[in-house]
Amino acid sequence: MAENTKHLDLDTFRTRFDAKVERTHWMSLHELGDEESFFASVSEEFPQQAIPLQEGVDRRDFVKLMGSSLALAGLAGCTVPKEKIVPYVRQPEAIVPGKPQFFATAMTLGGVATGLLVESHMGRPTKIEGNPDHPGSMGATDVFAQASILGLYDPDRAKTVRQLGNISTWTNFLGALGTELKPLKDAQGAGLAILTEPVTSPTLGAQMRALLAALPKAQWHQWEPHGRDNALEGARVAFGGSFASTWYALDKADVVVSLDSDFLASGPGSVRYANDFMSRRRIRRGTSAANRLYVVETMPTPTGSAADHRLPLKPSEVESFAFALAAAFGAGPGAKLDDAHEAFLRSVVKDLEAARGRCVVIAGADQPATVHALAHAINATLGNAGTTVFHAEPADAVPAIGHESLRQLAADMTAGTVKVLLMVGVNPAYDAPADLGFAAALDKIPFRASLSMYFDETAELCHWHVPQTHYLESWGDARAFNGAASIVQPLIAPLYQGRDAIELFAILLDDANMPYDIIRNYWKSQRPGIDFETAWNKWLRDGVIEGTAFVPKAMTVALGAIAPGAKTGEYEICFRPDPAVWDGRFANNGWLQELPKPMTKLTWDNAALMSPATATKLGLVGDRGLPGEGNERNLHLWSRRAPMVEIKAGNRTLRAAAWVVPGHPDDAITLHTGYGRTRGGSVATPKEAAKGGGFNAYTLRSLDGLGHAVASVGMASGDYQLACTQLHHVMPDEREIVRSGTLEDFVKNPALAEAHNGPHSGEMSLYPKWESETGYAWGLAVDTTVCTGCNGCVIACHAENNIAIVGKPQVMMGRELHWMRIDTYYKGSPASPELTINQPLMCQHCENAPCEPVCPVEATSHSTEGLNEMTYNRCVGTRYCANNCPYKVRRFNYFQFSDWDTESLKLMRNPDVTVRSRGVMEKCSLCVQRINSARIDAEREGRRVRDGEIRTACQAACPTQAIVFGDIADPNSLVSKLKAEPHSYRVLEEVNTNPRTSYLGAVRNKNKEIAG
Amino acid sequence: MSEPSSQSRFDKTPVIAPGHSFGSITDKISSIVLRKETPKGWILGFGIAFVFVMMMMYAVAWLLMWGVGVWGLNNPVAWGFDITNFVWWVGIGHAGTLISAILLLLKQEWRTSINRFAEAMTLFAVACAGMFPALHTGRPWFDYWLMPYPNTMGLWPQFRSPLVWDVFAISTYGTVSFLFWFVGLIPDLATLRDRTEHKGLKMVYALLAMGWRGSAKHWFRYETAYLLLAGLATPLVVSVHTVVSFDFATSVIPGWHTTFFPPYFVAGAIFSGFAMVLTLAIPIRKAYGLEDFITMRHLENMAKVMLATGLIVAYAYVMEVFFAWYSGNSYEKFLAFDTRPQGPFWWAFWALWTCNIAIPQLLWFKKLRTTPWILWILSIIVNIGMWLERFVIIVTSLHRDYLPSSWGMYDPTRYEYMLFFGTIGLFVALMFLFIRSLPLISIFEMRTLLPEASVQHNEEH
Repeated sequence: MAENTKHLDLDTFRTRFDAKVERTHWMSLHELGDEESFFASVSEEFPQQAIPLQEGVDRRDFVKLMGSSLALAGLAGCTVPKEKIVPYVRQPEAIVPGKPQFFATAMTLGGVATGLLVESHMGRPTKIEGNPDHPGSMGATDVFAQASILGLYDPDRAKTVRQLGNISTWTNFLGALGTELKPLKDAQGAGLAILTEPVTSPTLGAQMRALLAALPKAQWHQWEPHGRDNALEGARVAFGGSFASTWYALDKADVVVSLDSDFLASGPGSVRYANDFMSRRRIRRGTSAANRLYVVETMPTPTGSAADHRLPLKPSEVESFAFALAAAFGAGPGAKLDDAHEAFLRSVVKDLEAARGRCVVIAGADQPATVHALAHAINATLGNAGTTVFHAEPADAVPAIGHESLRQLAADMTAGTVKVLLMVGVNPAYDAPADLGFAAALDKIPFRASLSMYFDETAELCHWHVPQTHYLESWGDARAFNGAASIVQPLIAPLYQGRDAIELFAILLDDANMPYDIIRNYWKSQRPGIDFETAWNKWLRDGVIEGTAFVPKAMTVALGAIAPGAKTGEYEICFRPDPAVWDGRFANNGWLQELPKPMTKLTWDNAALMSPATATKLGLVGDRGLPGEGNERNLHLWSRRAPMVEIKAGNRTLRAAAWVVPGHPDDAITLHTGYGRTRGGSVATPKEAAKGGGFNAYTLRSLDGLGHAVASVGMASGDYQLACTQLHHVMPDEREIVRSGTLEDFVKNPALAEAHNGPHSGEMSLYPKWESETGYAWGLAVDTTVCTGCNGCVIACHAENNIAIVGKPQVMMGRELHWMRIDTYYKGSPASPELTINQPLMCQHCENAPCEPVCPVEATSHSTEGLNEMTYNRCVGTRYCANNCPYKVRRFNYFQFSDWDTESLKLMRNPDVTVRSRGVMEKCSLCVQRINSARIDAEREGRRVRDGEIRTACQAACPTQAIVFGDIADPNSLVSKLKAEPHSYRVLEEVNTNPRTSYLGAVRNKNKEIAG
Repeated sequence: MSEPSSQSRFDKTPVIAPGHSFGSITDKISSIVLRKETPKGWILGFGIAFVFVMMMMYAVAWLLMWGVGVWGLNNPVAWGFDITNFVWWVGIGHAGTLISAILLLLKQEWRTSINRFAEAMTLFAVACAGMFPALHTGRPWFDYWLMPYPNTMGLWPQFRSPLVWDVFAISTYGTVSFLFWFVGLIPDLATLRDRTEHKGLKMVYALLAMGWRGSAKHWFRYETAYLLLAGLATPLVVSVHTVVSFDFATSVIPGWHTTFFPPYFVAGAIFSGFAMVLTLAIPIRKAYGLEDFITMRHLENMAKVMLATGLIVAYAYVMEVFFAWYSGNSYEKFLAFDTRPQGPFWWAFWALWTCNIAIPQLLWFKKLRTTPWILWILSIIVNIGMWLERFVIIVTSLHRDYLPSSWGMYDPTRYEYMLFFGTIGLFVALMFLFIRSLPLISIFEMRTLLPEASVQHNEEH
């Protein structure tokens, strides 16, 4: 074609070059081309370069070129790397540099597994996601699984075998152990005691059974500070002496009654339960029915916040309520309630009656066994067994009542019959009931060794300490809440000299196999006659072994004579696992420490939690009001000085900081365990109180009062700084930040709108509307009805986006970096709020973003797809954007908060997200790295991004699917449909920010008979 | 005391005391600079100020070493002392320009004896002011990105941002103020050149005087240039603080998002500027015996300007509250009736109303206006009040805005106090250096105030 000759016609030139091959050496294409037309074409294609080539160099250009050459020569000196870079000789199969891989594995907590998919970048696990194929996960995770990635890379983990605190080796340990064990083995294992967590691992269970068969006089004990003791014992009481596991099908339940159970946010199966339960309350246009949740509880929990009716009761009253409820269905001796509670009870009974076979009564893990037994009786009477409630054998390999087991061990230790004690993954010196004197009894054992992740309180008292592998470093297997087994696949070789339990017990059994083979051999023996390799690969890929879930068994309730056992006293103490550090095992995890706990919004510490009235009664009202209460007039956030209280239970006392929680019953105090650590890492045991550490609730906890105790409480001298990210406010004036209503209201007025703050236009702007170049318009919708405030999203965001932690002193100054926060709002009286609403709040990605025009260097700008983007490299740090953000979701790096130096943490980081430096602003990016990755995939495949293909980190982690991301330009996307719901609204619309994030108002299915 | 008793000279208190000749004026003013012995008081005063400068340097070094986190700023309150001090210092500068430029154009001849050091005050105040925006950024080493300059990144500053407008406003203001001050100094520099006996100094003054010989041609060009610069500087009096007020007025935060901020800020700037001129003038005239040149008439006139601008400011405060109520906007109402008067910073709010509205009403009394020590105390109170005004606007608006969940608090740290008092030290130290090295009152302009000087202009009468 004629016009083509003007352009660089490569074919022509190629032929010409080929014709000149006889000039075998040439220096440049110039030499070869050697023609006017070549220059013409080149200058057509590269005009900037062509000019000097053609016309020579004049004086000015010569000087320019010389200058730049010199500059470039200088640059060359600093770009030559010193290290030799060696590429893969053989490219590992399936690894594409820059593309993450996902592997299925499982994490256990208290022995119960949650299936996970772990993102791995070039062999480094970087992010945890839920496994959609696993019954305990359904694709979501809890906070502990999300934060466990930091646990893997924690620089404070025990790194070497230690003998009496000195560095030693595994071989030395085995030698010493062998010597000690030899006489014991000859005596059928007498004198050998092993203490583990409850074991649901089928392989480990088989090993233990084999060990006990070989050494019948050896003792195997299991202990877990917040285990399933009460549930197991309750089943034994209810079902005439046999242990059983219980699980629920909440997607089939119309009415759920929780007796102090936080089943939506903690305990076995909670991730699945949250999913199932909320699947019945997705309030959409035209919805007129939903399930109903009654919660009777002491400490306000996420489950309580999702309740339609919540009755705050003291622990003894919860028990009475359970007895009275059971009596209404003909079980147990009954109990007397006061009138108000009786009325509540009658409504609950009526609702349950009306939903026979479609309801559940769930007893909380810390409720006494009798309450569990009564719940089983009620469920049986109501015909729920087999439809919403299922029973089967326990998931434990050998079920044991933990505290009984530990008591036995302590007795043996004191009696001096224990010669060798091996402790695996436990920390009884810290978390054993205080009246056991466990730490003192340890002293009597001639040979004691501990296998654990940290050099902790127990390790310190042992002769030997062996570092334990993280679940991402070792092979294993475990069962979920319903018995479904998973293979725990390692993602990385042990970072330190870690060993795992299976390896240790193999040595005791003289089994020379490695854990991988032991597990395979076990499952081979379980599944004879199948194509094992194929099946094994499938199990690894799926993350769950098919056919292992329990088959529900019909159990007959045979309730014997039971009576309420709760002691009553002036004050009742309630021990609960901490929502962030659990029983203390996560105390060295900075992400969890800095996570604002649900309801209290405390970080880095626990506190003696109580109701406003109790605090007033104890005389804790200071000049600035009650500790923890948002005082309209004189509020001093964060560095709140909390008064101290002294709690006396029996002969033990604990001094702890007091904090007020709305909705806590009077004359009761909740203490979360897991704090007050004395060994176990620099985060768990800060050097100064100002940096956190909290109070050790275990010092008050005795064998007969593991869940609840009676105590006297008094104000103590001194005070304590608590780092709180949000106080409980009364909402000033008529701000309409959250919308709420009953289901009845929703049917009448689906918008749920009450008051207005001026016209809601969202379309007024002097600037032209953003036009999307790609046609995508990303947006988010959040359903506040189903949000429980469990914090899973907050930690997922932390992990995905390389967010730094800042430490307690900085949280007290208000400088935490969380890109999203869960705002909790109450409606009603502080003593018993009728409604608690959790509102996850992240960057709203406004169309008229106030932050954008004020940035002097355009470091925050609008993408054509509607994202409000931060360019960290360009940010100078004027913080004007943060000031001008009405949602205050921008976070500033006041110091160098990201840890740039710790080697192990470098491995943890998401390579797709910048690690920020001091002095730059950061905020939610709507996981732009995930959007880009999906967009690239879609473009390569020549298609549009599918709805649901991109899931932000918060969305992926959410057990209730409260957060939905998608393309709002596509009217058929889920997010667009949610935005079209009548109760969809945008926060602070009246400011005309036109946010891309919308919320669905919180709807509660109230029972008309109950006021409030 | 050479101060004439005031009753009989009601309006006609002279702007220069009688009995002076060209020579006596020149001697009196230039001797402050040319005396050989540095007065002990000067050494003491400068020494104290210098200690504060060192404290400032320490605070700056600490800040640069660790980051803005050494201040008490946080997530809702991302600006605190830094921008408060910036606005306060810029405001103080305004009086200098107003006195030299606007009063010159209005032919207010009483300005002559105070314009030189008022202009110097402007320059030093702008220098102090400029430090804060420069240092308050997270990465101050990239501050130059706010300048429009061609760069390899191919990026410009964002011209929609009021902070970029600030960069232009403040740099223009600084440049014009310097030129104006320097041009006005040239004839006096020549006088110093001619009078000094020290060879080195002679050379320095000679260089600075730029060959001034006092020829008619020189005077003609000087007058033209000075008038032009006055014309240039005049709009700046209004524009600079208007632009500064845009930092707040263009935002969406209740308490900032206010259309009347420009006039409110300009009036406040002049209010605080005159207060600062009085704060400086009263001790200086006493220390150097300049009561003949800076007479009671000057003090009284400045007090009257303060009273007038103070009333404008008071009007603005009242209107701010009125419109919060009248607008019906619940966020504005909450701010005006709850957060500010009753919140954690209630003390700042009420101190501000006391300092800026209640106490300046004392200036209605002539007796108080003409008592220098009372006037000096009043001027200090107004300076404090104007600082509080900016503090209240910036901090109280930020610490409790739209969402109660993000409400916070602000506790300034020692580094913020050190930097703030350090800049006051810097300002005072620069003032001391100025007084010792340059004529603090315009010699040649003072000479024109003498009756002998107006003989030539008789035909104009």
